[in-house]
Amino acid sequence: MRKIKFNQSVKEALTLSMLRDKKVVLMGLGVTDPKGIFGTTKDLGKKFGSTRVIETPTSENAITGIALGAAIKGMRPILTHQRVEFSLLSMEQIVNQLSKWHFMSAGKQKVPIVIRMIIGKGWGQGPQHSQSLEVLFSHIPGLKVVAPSNAFDAKGLLIQSIKDNNPVIFFEHRWLHDISGNVPKKSYDIKIGKAKIIKKGKDITIVSFSEAIVQVMRIYKFLKINGIEPEIIDLRTLRPIDKKTIINSVKKTRKLLVIDNSWTTYGISAEIISIVTESIFKKLKKSPQRIGIKNVMIPSSKELAKHCYLNSKNILEKIISITGKNINKKKKNLFLKKINTSESDIPYKDFKGPF
Amino acid sequence: MNKLYRDLYKKIYKIRCVEKKISTMYKHQEMRCPVHLSIGQEAVAAGVCANLGKKDEIISTHRSHAHYLGKGGNLKNMIAELYGKDKGCAKGLGGSMHLQDLDNGIFGSVPIVGSTIPIGVGIAFYSKFFLKKNNITTIFFGEGATEEGVFHESINFASLHKLPILFVCENNLYSVYTGLKDRQHVNRSIKKIVESNGIESHTSTGNDVLDVYSLAKESINKIRKKKGPIFLEFKTYRWLEHCGPNWDDNLNYRPKGELKSWMNKCPLKKLRGKIFSNSKKNNTLDKIEKKINYEIENAFQFAKNAKFPKKEILNKFIYSN
Repeated sequence: MRKIKFNQSVKEALTLSMLRDKKVVLMGLGVTDPKGIFGTTKDLGKKFGSTRVIETPTSENAITGIALGAAIKGMRPILTHQRVEFSLLSMEQIVNQLSKWHFMSAGKQKVPIVIRMIIGKGWGQGPQHSQSLEVLFSHIPGLKVVAPSNAFDAKGLLIQSIKDNNPVIFFEHRWLHDISGNVPKKSYDIKIGKAKIIKKGKDITIVSFSEAIVQVMRIYKFLKINGIEPEIIDLRTLRPIDKKTIINSVKKTRKLLVIDNSWTTYGISAEIISIVTESIFKKLKKSPQRIGIKNVMIPSSKELAKHCYLNSKNILEKIISITGKNINKKKKNLFLKKINTSESDIPYKDFKGPF
Repeated sequence: MNKLYRDLYKKIYKIRCVEKKISTMYKHQEMRCPVHLSIGQEAVAAGVCANLGKKDEIISTHRSHAHYLGKGGNLKNMIAELYGKDKGCAKGLGGSMHLQDLDNGIFGSVPIVGSTIPIGVGIAFYSKFFLKKNNITTIFFGEGATEEGVFHESINFASLHKLPILFVCENNLYSVYTGLKDRQHVNRSIKKIVESNGIESHTSTGNDVLDVYSLAKESINKIRKKKGPIFLEFKTYRWLEHCGPNWDDNLNYRPKGELKSWMNKCPLKKLRGKIFSNSKKNNTLDKIEKKINYEIENAFQFAKNAKFPKKEILNKFIYSN
């Protein structure tokens, strides 16, 4: 199968959806700009015209309400925020209006809107361009929240999100945009609300999502070689959450580590651990653990940021401590040196900024 | 009697009497939701809506009863909604602040000030670029909403895309208990603000329904000829408390005599005066009033007799299929 990057797979999902349904439109600041939102909307304006690829004023709140008004009449808008933080200006519309409109109309009106939110990270993005705010949206009944970790899932989930008759918040981690994966050319759907077991194992269940999955997968082989077989679950959808897949896995492994893309306090990881302890507390051999970014604001300087972001070293240490397996110290340090965990503010070693 | 006078009278009288009935019945504590009554402000809703067709859309605010009734919203379903019953226009899920009636072009109302303004703009955006029909969207809001950022964002977008929208601002001088002088600079002109966004704007008295009617008519004709949005500000006044069935002049947040002077400009009395100066016979009005009174009695009976929604409904509308 051919390989394409995550951002190209997003563009394919948008293109195929717009070809399939004339009511699908793109809206947002920069959707027609020369860079086309990190390549994800590049040239779509030329292909579909200005009625379907709509440049907007810098007015996030109104644009979200406008999308709602058009959606209840029949349009299927896709909004885009180049950083999650800009969407905060439209929280009123998202939380009070979009999520509740179907309910408030007693089922008579529907709100088929996708809001793409791009999470920034690293390269000095600082306090207001690096936040993973998935949990704010996952708290709200009526919203669906999707956060793919790879190019294949991004295409299938985005196509499905656009077909969905509810507001869907679609998180794209900026660091994933450049990672390639096997992606079929044709259109395909991935069901919203279904997690995926990406690695089967018996020693520990690791639940994670979005870019954090990349951090986990970086150490997977090393774990296996050293006799630890983790079962790794990619949540893919954060609301509605796939409780069944998580619970069934923990029933088997009896140990749980959640790797959060964001702060752990009141976070997605808190929710996952609650789900497990509420339903199968007695099955657990060890207390469930979580790991996420440091519970402080993310600073710009790389020397400070490296203490804040997730990194594979911390994840490895945590897995070792929960499973109780001994791994030769020398071997471990050699491995960590090789994967270079000291620079956690860039996606890979030879990365050149800016984003 | 002139047909226009008759239609306008029907609307104003109906709004006034429905609101009075709610105000009387509220003490029984069976309408367990906040109500923001429109007594004193009926002329704007009546005069504007008399120019709109069934398919034209409106969207409104927390104080939406007059707009809903003016646009021809179903009275029985409205009262049932206030009683929290399953026959309510939103099956009891919304209450007074979430009235809607899609069959009559009433798409919704919400209590967050200014929030329906962009939603109305979106409806008009769809009409212009996708539906390609000649209907227009009327967005009702108060002067408080013009202090919200989303208002400014929305009028800019509407103007940029020349959307078929009638913006109707009912300036009743108060946002809850806070008067204009504490909220807007004395020189601030809402009309000028909107004008500077490239939108034709007018300001007018809002208690003479014939004035409202003609200004709205002229504006709507222009909008239908694809001239883009128009903004109208009407000066009016709410008689009762911000939220609830009672008078509240005893709280003294409004200057002494202000209420009285506005009550002298009662929209219902004004229209009645005009009708009587044109025709001496009043039995037509009697007939109209009788019919409406009967309709209101029926609607309250209907609402009281209706059942409460079953709890299964709670999970039914979280997501759409």
